[in-house]
Amino acid sequence: MFQDYAYVGFFCLIGVIFVLFVFFLSRLVRPHHPTPDKLESYECGELPVGSAWVQYNVRYYLYALIFVIFDVEIVFLFPWAVVYRSLGFFAFLEMIIFLAILIFGLIYVWKKGALKWV
Amino acid sequence: MFELGKAFEAIYNWLGSLFTRWGIPQFWLDLLSMFLVFAAVLAFITLSALFLVWWERKVSAHMQVRLGPMRTGWHGWRQSIIDAIKLIMKEDIIPAKVDKAVFVIAPIVVFVSALMVYVCIPFGKGMIIKDLNIGILYILAITTFTVVGLLMAGWGSNNKYSLLGGLRSAAQIISYEVPLTLSVLGVVLITQSLSMVKIVTAQTHVWQWYIFRQPVGFLVYLTAAIAEVNRTPFDIPEAEQELVAGYNTEYSGMKFAMFFFAEYTNLVAISAVVTTLFLGGWNGPWLPSWIWFLIKTFFVILVVMWFRWTYPRLRVDQLMGFAWKFLLPLAFLNLILTAAFA
Repeated sequence: MFQDYAYVGFFCLIGVIFVLFVFFLSRLVRPHHPTPDKLESYECGELPVGSAWVQYNVRYYLYALIFVIFDVEIVFLFPWAVVYRSLGFFAFLEMIIFLAILIFGLIYVWKKGALKWV
Repeated sequence: MFELGKAFEAIYNWLGSLFTRWGIPQFWLDLLSMFLVFAAVLAFITLSALFLVWWERKVSAHMQVRLGPMRTGWHGWRQSIIDAIKLIMKEDIIPAKVDKAVFVIAPIVVFVSALMVYVCIPFGKGMIIKDLNIGILYILAITTFTVVGLLMAGWGSNNKYSLLGGLRSAAQIISYEVPLTLSVLGVVLITQSLSMVKIVTAQTHVWQWYIFRQPVGFLVYLTAAIAEVNRTPFDIPEAEQELVAGYNTEYSGMKFAMFFFAEYTNLVAISAVVTTLFLGGWNGPWLPSWIWFLIKTFFVILVVMWFRWTYPRLRVDQLMGFAWKFLLPLAFLNLILTAAFA
């Protein structure tokens, strides 16, 4: 069981090493002539106006919040789905109630206008 | 009937006999075989990415009554190899204003999270790195990790186009994640297991394929998965006409190539998952299991490419509305109906 996840960890490690190796390989053969003009940020050929690290639309946070709520709820559905057959009708009813609350949440968010992209 | 899984087994047994003759403990055998399997999977991903770059150009060309690359070898088959060599030899420009650590780590995060999916992909009978008992849940979790890398690339670049591209990608991927996960639940409900191998073995015959028992789930999954990998009708994050190239605007050389590579790795991964969940995985008559898996996977990839040259790009508000107001209710309905009739 625990050994299974050692494979996942090792595979991650191999992936990182693979990417670093490719970067190293390209470092050996590529040219390297930086000039101040070349290192300028790209903005359609003009000099960039200000920094890009600015405040951005709050809408992205809103979507992230809705996502977190829905995804966490859906993770609860996975154990239910795995043992559904052995639990019978009661599990079905229970999950209908759970889903009803979720769907009600979706309708609420929808009506509040949080899903509208302006 | 040549089963590749048997060949791996034979190599393992042969190495085992060598190791016992030389008196090397079992642990090293396991470690060595693990690395060999990893190398095989990495080789598969690299080759399929190279092939897909060429294939995508050919498919798109022929759909537009062009020829595509023709000069390098037979129908330009060497094109993507030459492209790869060119990308390795390109100068790697790191602009002066970027957040250097974040900028450099981002392509690694994106690529590795795309790669990790392959731990749980059943390539054929007995050909899976590790059949985790939470297989499909693991895959869903790992694919979403790409968001972190894209946000890092967008923010670290200190470029307005990159930031907008990164944010849009993040918003899009997390939005489509919800219907995607719900559509997978239908399959889990019928199979009563999360393990990828059990899902495949439950679809031995053609009429057992989940595409027939879960047609709505299949469509929702395919649509959401295409959106997850940012491909055309849903390629808002890198909409060339408005955002230059999205989150990878400032990347060049091998770092750019890594994003490109990760994109094709993801494409193969979602097609493999579609194959496993809905098209019976490696099951099929006459041919060896791994060939069936490849045929189905590349057929799904062809369909995804076909979409690219058929549908126009959605606007960003249509894109989000489609996920939350259409796909999500549809996926809910599918789940409830599946539960009622399962």
